[in-house]
Amino acid sequence: MSKSAEEEHPQKAFGWAARDNSGILSPFRFSRRDNGEDDVTLKVLYCGVCHSDLHIARNDWGFTHYPVVPGHEIVGVATKVGKNVKKFKVGDRVGVGVMVGSCKTCECCQQDLENYCPRIIFTYNSHNPDGTRNYGGYSDMIVVDQRYVLRFPDNMPLDAGAPLLCAGITVYSPMKYYGMTEAGKHLGVAGLGGLGHVAVKIGKAFGLKVTVISSSPSKESEAINRLGADSFLVSSDPAKMKSAIGTMDYIIDTVSAVHPLLPLLSLLKVNGKLVTVGLPNKPLELPIFPLILGRKLVGGSDSGGMKETQEMLDFCAKHNIAADIELIRMDDINTAMERLTKSDVRYRFVIDVANSL
Amino acid sequence: MTILQEEEHPNKVFGWAARDNSGVLSPFKFSRRATGEKDVAFKVLYCGICHSDLNMIKNDWGTSVYPLVPGHEIVGEVTEVGSKVQKFKVGDRVGVGCLVGSCHSCNDCTNNLENYCPKRILTYGAKYHDGTITYGGYSDTMVADEHFIVRIPDNLPLDAAGPLLCAGITVYSPLRYYGLDKPDLHIGVVGLGGLGHMAVKFAKAFGVKVTVISTSSNKKKEALENLGADSFLLSRDQEQLQAAIGTLDGIIDTVSAQHALMPLLGLLKTDGKLVLVGAAEKPLELPIFSLILGRKLVGGSCIGGMKETQEMVDFAAKHNIKPDIEVISMDYVNTAMERLLKADVKYRFVIDVGNTLKATS
Repeated sequence: MSKSAEEEHPQKAFGWAARDNSGILSPFRFSRRDNGEDDVTLKVLYCGVCHSDLHIARNDWGFTHYPVVPGHEIVGVATKVGKNVKKFKVGDRVGVGVMVGSCKTCECCQQDLENYCPRIIFTYNSHNPDGTRNYGGYSDMIVVDQRYVLRFPDNMPLDAGAPLLCAGITVYSPMKYYGMTEAGKHLGVAGLGGLGHVAVKIGKAFGLKVTVISSSPSKESEAINRLGADSFLVSSDPAKMKSAIGTMDYIIDTVSAVHPLLPLLSLLKVNGKLVTVGLPNKPLELPIFPLILGRKLVGGSDSGGMKETQEMLDFCAKHNIAADIELIRMDDINTAMERLTKSDVRYRFVIDVANSL
Repeated sequence: MTILQEEEHPNKVFGWAARDNSGVLSPFKFSRRATGEKDVAFKVLYCGICHSDLNMIKNDWGTSVYPLVPGHEIVGEVTEVGSKVQKFKVGDRVGVGCLVGSCHSCNDCTNNLENYCPKRILTYGAKYHDGTITYGGYSDTMVADEHFIVRIPDNLPLDAAGPLLCAGITVYSPLRYYGLDKPDLHIGVVGLGGLGHMAVKFAKAFGVKVTVISTSSNKKKEALENLGADSFLLSRDQEQLQAAIGTLDGIIDTVSAQHALMPLLGLLKTDGKLVLVGAAEKPLELPIFSLILGRKLVGGSCIGGMKETQEMVDFAAKHNIKPDIEVISMDYVNTAMERLLKADVKYRFVIDVGNTLKATS
């Protein structure tokens, strides 16, 4: 298998892969295609560790093909650009997020919603039309069609900016789509991890009042003092939850564990919107009366299109928003994954690929 | 007890009430308040039978107060107006729907959303401002605050107008709110009963393409030939479901029984909207992946505010939209409830109150 991965393409590449559902990562030699006329080649400098990387490495969702090289919060420097590439030049600071391809012709692609294209090609654990496999950013280099490459704004730090490529767009896109950006309105953010902490920052940048909703009282000081949330609601405290009933215009629910929706729906005002971006592996229970009696809605969202991802990066640069990260060496990835299962990180691990791979 | 309801208010009223959760309705003498300065009193001519009436007489939701006089699709002719009433006069054709009161000062009331006011007062089985229990339209007269009176346009027959006041607004409001009223969109309507058939009619009037989704193949002919739906999808047929995946911009789901949401979500396009108006008692299973992978949403809606209810009635009159009804006598009401339980009606019973509700001595 490894031999095949090494020989699939002309360019040698090196990274770390999980080989089975233990999810343990180890060094892995593979290959990448030559830089085509529409392609940009990146030397990878940093790669964020997304919770999805952990799920895929361990085959939690049942569709992992091993060996898998995770990583879809990739930043680096362009080392080659194809002759059709006008937007980027060698030396540019660039990034790649959750996708590296789509059909480009369907309605979704034409409306800058490549993330909803039925033929989307994910950055890793996917295959191309020619049958070859895709490997992610826990690696030294990557070759990507220019359409799926982002420009990194000059004033954005590469390491702290990397998680925006997944966590950032995953909360920014639904906030725009569901109209959760009216200054002065009240946003609840359920869950304070990679997604949640970025949602707080972006929510404040939109001028919203932000309440963090969490089952861990220990996160309160962080939420308010470091992230700038206006208030903190302990979801396991019935009295506090009761007093917050009907006070929020919107909620971004980043929690991926199975959890009850009724308490969150109760926090919403009439016409309130609960948007789920976390990926529980079982269906949730949806109580109907609260939806009907308050004309509330529960909506989903899945990352964002390329145009919107660039817009998000520029927005974050303008408002000085980056992720709170813990920089790690490639060798530490398995320990980091263990800590991630316990949510023991404030709030995203980022692998210092260039200096430690 | 009976004497108490008769003497609570100055005006004698006669109707039919359920006295316990058997739900059996029988003659009932009670009373209504004198016409206040902002009130409109009218002789009830017709009253639609809503499925909620059935739920309430049997105390399905645990909130019923007996004796219960149901009926919130009430139409008739004005007999008296209070001194401060501006919009109505004696002889006007009017109706009352699900609401007879609200606080008038909260954010929702200010935005013409009395139906979401936390202090809204339902037409029956609720406590009014004066502390007395409200009684609905299975009765000979009705009195309500002008704000909650709807004018029935001249070209709408009174017997068919009643069901607009609950069934009509219940589907009209979300079609508008969720943007499913734009020409050339394609929506599904799940369930072909009182709500469902109105959803088909309004959607067609909006220029929307409609697919009726039902578990009963015998509704296909009705749906296509009588109601004007564009197509019919038998939801038990896996092949039909497969073929329709990703084809709908929205779905109005009128089914109140427990049912699976996942197949319905699968029928939606990206950005599709599943709107629930059926009052399912128990939670339904929500597969989150289905929502996330297509940026879909599930939303609810509950009747509509007074301004929108009037707008809906005027729209129905303009486009000749009438509920399909079966007119019955007051005596038939218990049989009608039995048939309603089996969904054996096309598509709303309407009680001919004016001609068949006779006061017993």
